[in-house]
Amino acid sequence: MDNSRKEQILRISGSDVRKCMRCGKCSATCPSYDEMEYHPHQFVYMVEQGNIEKLMESPSIFKCLTCFACVERCPRGVEPAKVVEAVRLEVIRQQGMNHLTADDLPGLLDDDLPGQALMTAMRKYAK
Amino acid sequence: MQRIGVFVCHCGTNIAGTVDVKAVAEALGREPSVVYSTDYTYMCSESGQNLIKDTIVSKKLTGVVICSCSPRMHEATFRKAAASVGLNPYMVEIANIREQCSWIHKDKAEATEKAIILGRAAIAKVQLNTPLTAGESPVVKRALVIGGGIAGIQTALDVAEAGFEVDIVEKKATIGGKMTQIDKTFPTLDCAACILTPKMVDCAQNEKIKIYSYSEIESVTGFVGNFTVKIRKKARFVDETKCTGCGLCTEKCPVKKVPNEFNLGMDNRRAIYIPFAQAVPKVATIDANYCNMLKNGKCGVCSKVCTAGAIDYKQTDTIVEEKYGAIVAATGFNPIDVSQYGEYAYNQSKDVITSLEFERLTNAAGPTSGTLLRPSDGKHPHTIVFVQCVGSRCTPEKGKSYCSKICCMYTAKHAMLTREKYPDTDVYVFYIDVRTPGKNFDEFYRRAVEDYGVHYIKGAVGKVSPRADGTLDVQASDLIMGEQLHINADLVVLAAAIEPDKSARPLATMLTASMDTNDFFTEAHPKLRPVESPTAGVFLSGMCQGPKDIPETVSQASACAAKVIGLLAKDKLSCNPCVAHSNENMCNGCSQCANVCPYGAITYEEKEFRMPDRTTRIRRVASVNPAVCQGCGACTVTCPSGAMDLYGFSNRQIMSEVDAICK
Repeated sequence: MDNSRKEQILRISGSDVRKCMRCGKCSATCPSYDEMEYHPHQFVYMVEQGNIEKLMESPSIFKCLTCFACVERCPRGVEPAKVVEAVRLEVIRQQGMNHLTADDLPGLLDDDLPGQALMTAMRKYAK
Repeated sequence: MQRIGVFVCHCGTNIAGTVDVKAVAEALGREPSVVYSTDYTYMCSESGQNLIKDTIVSKKLTGVVICSCSPRMHEATFRKAAASVGLNPYMVEIANIREQCSWIHKDKAEATEKAIILGRAAIAKVQLNTPLTAGESPVVKRALVIGGGIAGIQTALDVAEAGFEVDIVEKKATIGGKMTQIDKTFPTLDCAACILTPKMVDCAQNEKIKIYSYSEIESVTGFVGNFTVKIRKKARFVDETKCTGCGLCTEKCPVKKVPNEFNLGMDNRRAIYIPFAQAVPKVATIDANYCNMLKNGKCGVCSKVCTAGAIDYKQTDTIVEEKYGAIVAATGFNPIDVSQYGEYAYNQSKDVITSLEFERLTNAAGPTSGTLLRPSDGKHPHTIVFVQCVGSRCTPEKGKSYCSKICCMYTAKHAMLTREKYPDTDVYVFYIDVRTPGKNFDEFYRRAVEDYGVHYIKGAVGKVSPRADGTLDVQASDLIMGEQLHINADLVVLAAAIEPDKSARPLATMLTASMDTNDFFTEAHPKLRPVESPTAGVFLSGMCQGPKDIPETVSQASACAAKVIGLLAKDKLSCNPCVAHSNENMCNGCSQCANVCPYGAITYEEKEFRMPDRTTRIRRVASVNPAVCQGCGACTVTCPSGAMDLYGFSNRQIMSEVDAICK
């Protein structure tokens, strides 16, 4: 069980997955349900179990529309969409996933390209 | 010739929906002796009753037939109404056209025909009815409570509080019951002993309460208000009046290897023992199965060390006979034997235990002095798996069909307390459903999950396999993930289904109280008379009626006491006048009626009879005690000469009903 990753997701999402009583209302309300391999209630459950790798590898994280219907309707305030969002961020922010390094920047400087675009493209991800 | 009035009830649509009530009233109006026939929406309503009363007066009725619901519902209502205008209540008969007709039929024409037939039978019976007068019988102002657990204790205390004498009969050496073995109580987590033992002491100190410990019910005769009960005081080989409870004998007794039932056999006691420190009465008891002195006459240590001279090896069982007005069954429950479920390996591993054993393992007076240690090696368990619904919610072939009700909550309690005391322990609970109805119950369970991090997994445990390293492989399903899990556990705790105590069935036979197929006592009405048995004067307290937790048991015990007090507060009870009587001229003295009578109401007497030739002859004839007879009718069908008959249900009346139905 990867507890540091679980802690990270709980920190990003601000969600207390233990509050879940497994009613399944989040999945019942989800408009992307049919598109998903893992459904909202499974996100909550698997994060609670620390079983996060599978979620990170699943295309399901990008099927969530962030419509927040599940957050709105969860009877126990678990906020599943925020958990999905946190897993998504965990994927994006993986170490070594930077698109550019600082050394790449000088070679890419171009008068027509706004400097800010390069900075945005660089995105510093580190743990 | 009777003048009979017929009243057909619609019962809203309960009857009128399936039975053409107007047609029934019209058809029955044509029966002989019927001078009035009508239908009405609700006969039991005040206006319905007034209709009956007014008609009795205006039409000078001598008999009334009411076609309505079961007589168990409203016979008393209608008889009271008739009596209020001067008609003998036993001239009122009910034709049950609801439970026995409208509710079980769909076809209106057929149901209507049947309702007419049932009404016709009732009319035929009323033709032969005679006014009956209820006698009176006195009430013995003393109650008997069978079972000294928390249910029996609470009922006894409440009855005593109202000023009536109460006797508690407890088969074990001390009162207190299962609650003495429980460590903490949900949902407040107060210590069970701390809240129970003061009540046990109250019982001992209350001058209205007499405790027969180590005693069992031998026989029960009589009837409501006047039971005669024989109590067997089992020989404990210790004079209760002399024993001071010092406990010296229990320390000196050389027989040390007797499995201690208080700790469910997880440690040993001596052959002479006091079950636990707060036992009431606090007197020693010798276990005759293990005592050397009683087995082969060699020892006598306890007798030598007893300064009070209380040991009496010659003591024998004694029978005490007492009279009671009311009897309370409070016989309690036991966990089932879980070894029948081989998949849980209860018999293969000492580390597979029941929840009650878990209670003892966490209790300060338990075999480990309250430290949770594995029974096999005395080490701290680091992974504990709780299994819910072991033997509950099964088909009757596989176990108990009912939900045992208490397991969800005590398992949440065990899981929570384990995490509280030993935070390094992983605790898993496998559940089918988590059932937590009750004040602060669901909040309690959520605390176990949210605050204490207990892993609740929806799914059952399929198999527990002991492994070579001493741990247990728990194979289970996780239904939410759709996976099979293997957990390496140090301890597995089984939430065993509960079942009524084995003593309940023979007791029910003695009390002629009814039971369901699970051996729980049946209530007089499941909703409206939940603490009374259908047998008058017998009341139900606690688990013997159905699964319930401590708060519910105590509420029910007090409710039961209220019913007992209501009975004992009366000086006299009016008897059922529908009792048997013997025609002495026809009786041949064969004794068959006396043999079948469940109440002992029939005796035989030698009587002088004048013969047709003016000589006299002494003959042996049956005589019924009307105060004891309950009108069951067993004697009337047994009597070979037709001498026995029942007032209100005479053979002639029954036959004329049959004739009316078959006409």
